[in-house]
Amino acid sequence: MQSRSAWQRWWSREGSAYAFVSGYALLFIVFIVVPVAAATALSFTFFDSIQPPRFIGLRNYIALATQDDIFMRYVLPNTIKFSVIVGPGGYALAFTLAWVLAQLPKVPRTIFALILYSPSMTTGVAMAVVWRTLFSGDQTGYLNSFLLSLGLIEAPIQWLQSPDYLMTIMIVVMLWSSMGIGFLAMLAGIPEVNKELYEAASLDGVSNRLQEIFYITIPSMKPQMLFGAVMAIVATFQAGAIGVTLSGSNPTPQYAGQLIVNHIEDYGLLRYEMGYAAAVSVVLLLMVLFFARVANRLFASKD
Amino acid sequence: MAPKLFRRYTGVYNRGVNPEGFHVSQLKFYVLLLPLSAFMMLPILFIVSSAFKPPDELFAYPPRFWVVNPTLKNFTDLFSRMSTSGVPVARYLFNSLLITLVTVLASIAVSSTAAYALSKKRFKLKQTLFAINTVALMFVPIAVTIPRFLVIQRLGLLDTFWVHVLPVLAMPVGLFLLKQFMDTVPNEVIEAAQVDGASDLWIYWRIVLPMIRPAIATLAILTFQATWNNAEISSLYVNDESLKTFAFYLSTLTTTATGANAVAGQGIAAAATLIMFVPNLVIFIILQSQVMSTMSHSGLK
Repeated sequence: MQSRSAWQRWWSREGSAYAFVSGYALLFIVFIVVPVAAATALSFTFFDSIQPPRFIGLRNYIALATQDDIFMRYVLPNTIKFSVIVGPGGYALAFTLAWVLAQLPKVPRTIFALILYSPSMTTGVAMAVVWRTLFSGDQTGYLNSFLLSLGLIEAPIQWLQSPDYLMTIMIVVMLWSSMGIGFLAMLAGIPEVNKELYEAASLDGVSNRLQEIFYITIPSMKPQMLFGAVMAIVATFQAGAIGVTLSGSNPTPQYAGQLIVNHIEDYGLLRYEMGYAAAVSVVLLLMVLFFARVANRLFASKD
Repeated sequence: MAPKLFRRYTGVYNRGVNPEGFHVSQLKFYVLLLPLSAFMMLPILFIVSSAFKPPDELFAYPPRFWVVNPTLKNFTDLFSRMSTSGVPVARYLFNSLLITLVTVLASIAVSSTAAYALSKKRFKLKQTLFAINTVALMFVPIAVTIPRFLVIQRLGLLDTFWVHVLPVLAMPVGLFLLKQFMDTVPNEVIEAAQVDGASDLWIYWRIVLPMIRPAIATLAILTFQATWNNAEISSLYVNDESLKTFAFYLSTLTTTATGANAVAGQGIAAAATLIMFVPNLVIFIILQSQVMSTMSHSGLK
């Protein structure tokens, strides 16, 4: 009897709360926690998906750092270049545009926001047909035809198959769609900064709009800035498939657009070296955490 | 009083952040934004234009951006087509619609109940669970494609309808935004209902849900985008062609076509891309003010 009433008391106090979170928690564990744990565990094994995984310690990581020529020569530099430009670049672009939009009255602001946000509604993969036509390698491609008619080039360029241009095009496509959810958060945050702060600042000698942004606007909306930064980081790494989508092949031509996500697929789904692929996945997740920590340092609220 | 006078006196009423009307000082922003947004819209206008182009305009050299004689032929061609394995295109579209509808509803149910507990209930693990979810904002699903495959295989979900729905439901951003918004619902309202003897389920259903409509709308949009545009699940976890999505069919149109076939397929692919894009746009336009009011509570501390 004693335990029964304790159970009832617990249920009325906390039990229903656990019942309310249970559905989400279960799905979260099954589809997020378990895969991450499995990736970590598999990264210490040799696993070809036919025989059971065999523990090999740190050998995957050692191989990744010392023997994987393609990773060190192409994938890592590409990933760093891509994410440094697309991440902070896209983020700065999103903030700047959000700030500019906040200087306009509500109706034009909403219209421009809709236009700028619309590229992020759909994924790069879904827009493949656009990019493939615009950057088509023969003279019927829009960019080639345009440059030919201006006399800037003499022969059509194989934009998407060319190691010289693929990375640049990937970056342009990503920047085009970088006004995503973080942009909306910042757009909502800027008009909410207390107007009297600006007036007080102007009396304190803040004389131009740029100073205003750095001394008032950004410090007053750090939480939104941090949210936007995290969303920018995730979007950057999640978009790894873009090079393969544009060029139509994995590996990309001469590994020019090979990013870490493509490397994982290359090893995991094409070569079936799943233990090794898992080690690369873990490195990717650690990179995301690292960048998020940097963002956290920049925008952490003091209190 | 003083700041108000100051504003009126200096005439800065319509200058600066969040103005109420037009002011000459805003002109420079329009000068910047107009060409930029024209540039941003180009790919989308290109899709609209290409989708209605007849074959001779798709083939035209030099290529022309705008359609001259618009036709619906690309759309009728699209729907009279079958995939290589004999599944009609309408089937993919039906799959996508059904999957998206079920996923959006399930996502709202799962995330809003969890958000209610995390925002309004008191229990031991509350802070920990919310902290874990906040860390998971940084989760990049594409990194764990392979272990996810192993999990889905073990659960026997391969080649089922539910493989499209279940993996998408635990969406950390969605729960985060719902919980932050729910924090703005005053606790007094809930306490008053509790005093009256209302159950948690009643409070959740009759009080909290109606008050967080903007956040629900935002979650619906995010889930919609994640599901409607999803081609990966179909290509990784589904072999049965009749269970795949329209987004997947679109990706086969653009990747398998080469050479002359690519040009012939281009109009059809453009029509399909337009069908993919328009619902995103319409839903966002309808719900945009709700999204913006949710986003002002999105701060991460």
